[in-house]
Amino acid sequence: MNDVIDNSPPLLELRGVSKSYGGVAAMSKVDFATSARSIHAVLGENGAGKSTLIKIISGVVAPDEGEMIFDGKPVKFDTPQAANAVGIVSVFQELSVLPDLSVADNISITHPPKRFGLIDHKRQRQRAEELLARVGCEDINPNARVGSLPLSRRQMVEIAKALGRNPKLLILDEATSALTAADVERVYGILHRLRDDGLALLYISHRMHEIEELAETISVFRNGRNIRTFAKGACTDAEIVQMMIGREVSNVFPAKPARSIATQTPELEVKHLGWTDRLTDISFSVGKGEIVGLGGLDGQGQREILLALFGVLRGVSGSVNIRGKAANIASPVAATRPANGMALIPEDRKTEGLMLPLSIRENVTLASLGTLSRNFVIDRTAEASAVDAMVSKLKIKFGKITDAVGTLSGGNQQKVVIARWLLTGPGILLLNDPTRGIDVGTKEEIYRLLRDLADAGTSIVLYSTDYDELIGCCDRVLIMYGGQIVRTLEGEAITETNIIASAFNLPVEQVRAPAGERL
Amino acid sequence: MKNLRLAIAHNTGSLIAFGLFLILYLFYSFLHPRGFTTDLFVQNSNEAMTLILVGMAQTIVVIMGGIDLSVGAIMTLVDSVASDVVIGSPGAVFLGIVIALGVGLVCGLINGVIIVYGRLQPIVVTLATGAVYSGIALFIRPTPGGQVDADLSWVSTNALSELPGTYKWWEGDPPGWFNLISGIPMPIVILFVIVVFVWLPYRNSEIGRASYAIGSNEGAAYMSGVRINRSKLVGYALGGLFAGLAGLYFAIQTGSGNADPVQAGTYTLNSIAAVVIGGTSLFGGVGGVIGTIFGAGVLRSITFCFRVIDTSSPFGFLANPLLQPMFEGLILLVAVTLGAARSFGVKNRLNIFR
Repeated sequence: MNDVIDNSPPLLELRGVSKSYGGVAAMSKVDFATSARSIHAVLGENGAGKSTLIKIISGVVAPDEGEMIFDGKPVKFDTPQAANAVGIVSVFQELSVLPDLSVADNISITHPPKRFGLIDHKRQRQRAEELLARVGCEDINPNARVGSLPLSRRQMVEIAKALGRNPKLLILDEATSALTAADVERVYGILHRLRDDGLALLYISHRMHEIEELAETISVFRNGRNIRTFAKGACTDAEIVQMMIGREVSNVFPAKPARSIATQTPELEVKHLGWTDRLTDISFSVGKGEIVGLGGLDGQGQREILLALFGVLRGVSGSVNIRGKAANIASPVAATRPANGMALIPEDRKTEGLMLPLSIRENVTLASLGTLSRNFVIDRTAEASAVDAMVSKLKIKFGKITDAVGTLSGGNQQKVVIARWLLTGPGILLLNDPTRGIDVGTKEEIYRLLRDLADAGTSIVLYSTDYDELIGCCDRVLIMYGGQIVRTLEGEAITETNIIASAFNLPVEQVRAPAGERL
Repeated sequence: MKNLRLAIAHNTGSLIAFGLFLILYLFYSFLHPRGFTTDLFVQNSNEAMTLILVGMAQTIVVIMGGIDLSVGAIMTLVDSVASDVVIGSPGAVFLGIVIALGVGLVCGLINGVIIVYGRLQPIVVTLATGAVYSGIALFIRPTPGGQVDADLSWVSTNALSELPGTYKWWEGDPPGWFNLISGIPMPIVILFVIVVFVWLPYRNSEIGRASYAIGSNEGAAYMSGVRINRSKLVGYALGGLFAGLAGLYFAIQTGSGNADPVQAGTYTLNSIAAVVIGGTSLFGGVGGVIGTIFGAGVLRSITFCFRVIDTSSPFGFLANPLLQPMFEGLILLVAVTLGAARSFGVKNRLNIFR
């Protein structure tokens, strides 16, 4: 099934590797090979076996059967450090940074430079500076605590840390999902340089255009099998997507309706919103049934707008009107009151969205327990039927409804978060990068769902780091730069070139200026 | 400059503990008739030393995100053992010290082995082993008694000036430089030696830093290839060693042994209070023993203050010793509140939960 790509012997080879979790096969009889001096992308939906592949290669889990050959020798890893020792290093999607330790400590957490048997802080600092410079992040102070850095900087620290281990095989699992556009460019440069230095790179991403830009070889996984490995260009995008999901995807994004919303009272109206130095004079409105996107480079204040609206931030100036009435939202409790009817799908489902050890049912009904209770006691029947309705509406896949939500795949976890908030019947739905690290199939379902909700009258504010998503989903896109809305793109003007140019705050010639635009 | 600011921000807890300690101890010294004399300082440091060492033992475990409810019991056990073996010829005394500390180390190591290889919760394991260690201590010393080498007791509980004379290091007058430091209480000297030769090397070793990594995020530490089991074993063993040092010092200070389980419990709880006041996070990953030293100092200073308040003054009723636990509790709350005060300035409420 595998096309011949290279005659040189592979650096890493897996033969007939299988792994099951509690009787469910995560990988079955997988053959896989990757060579030095190449970037090899692995594609597949969540649950396709990509994570298991990486966990086996990097020594996090041991395979049930099959053999692994690295650098011509058969290997078996029982811990991550065993894999590190032979030169296999991973940058994980679930960040493996240590928040309370300094940047320099994180980078040299194993094998720090030593003097008289103790850690040599001066050399460790220099080493951190060198590695940070190598990934183009001289601005990070090696003495700063990693926990105080924004997500994108933490990810760069992770990459610097991986490079510091002199890998022969570097695995990047969704390594760019938290990065800003500028960082992504830098990371591409680094990866190309590393490949030219003779490294093997295994790259996992859900962003198709990233893979096209980076990889020479692509493997597609589905249902725990390596469906096909081929050279870049051998298959079209549509073919690849079809391989991944095993069915045809006609159009990822549902059609947008013709707009006739402007005349009504806006559902949500924000006037002169400000917060510390991160948000300045933010004014916009969202009509009933409208999807408004927040775009621009990462970290320009998009998240803060959502958090400010949801009452998480303290000391917010300006005013917010909901359905024409002034709303004073001082906490998430206030935001979710029926009068305000807001819901926020948070950025990080693992830390802000889900109670991982609690069951799927408990997670879904968490925000609606008030309406599901009678005399302060949860009505089990009402709860069960509400959960059933949501589960079938969102097509959440699980074993038992009482399973811990942490056992689900990423896409299904995100659906549980969405289900929780849909159950509250929100009039205003705020979404903070809801499809990060989610497979194509689930993404498509979410896009469809958002459009259906909008058609049913929900007003949606969507922040996304994926430009395709903004283009495909939104009726209007507000581009942010330095805590301000610098441009509003509407209709045909929502194009990738316009978004990128606006994101860097460059003049955009081909944009026809919609009325009431700032600048 | 920037790094100085970072250093202050990273050590807020210790600095608060130091400030509280300074306020309380200065208050006490001003009111005390013999305030600011070597005699008083020696006496106070003797009284604080055992708690400081038990607190240090607790700190090492708490940094890893664990907790050790057996520190007081280990201290009591070593105290009982030491009152049997730290006596006789200089060689026998030295051997006795090694045995006593060895007992502490082994107790800590047993905790570590059960927690690491049994994959059990530290709180449950140490609750159980603590009861076992307490039982053994009672078996060894059913009633208070025993004896500890008198010279050792004398030297360890006085100012440094007594050290050369007792062991006849030099004839006649001591050299001039010695007079500069001769007023320092011996417990402070011992503490300094322990910090410099045990704590700092541990803090700056790969294993020590791994223990901070484990407390900060154990999963991430594992994924980073940190040798978690090794670090935990060393951490718990070192905690046992420090609890052993506490027990040894307690035996030396009192000149005898006492296996009182109530006293063991009190020391365990006070050690946790000292750790918290000293700015070490109970979630792990943040803090260090220096803060704990001042945390223990704060707790002891409260006790001292009760001795000097004039009972005939309008506030004399506050000097009632029965109120002491209440004041200790209040100070604990004040310290924790000061440490958490930054959360009032947090503009993004989500950061409060991180």
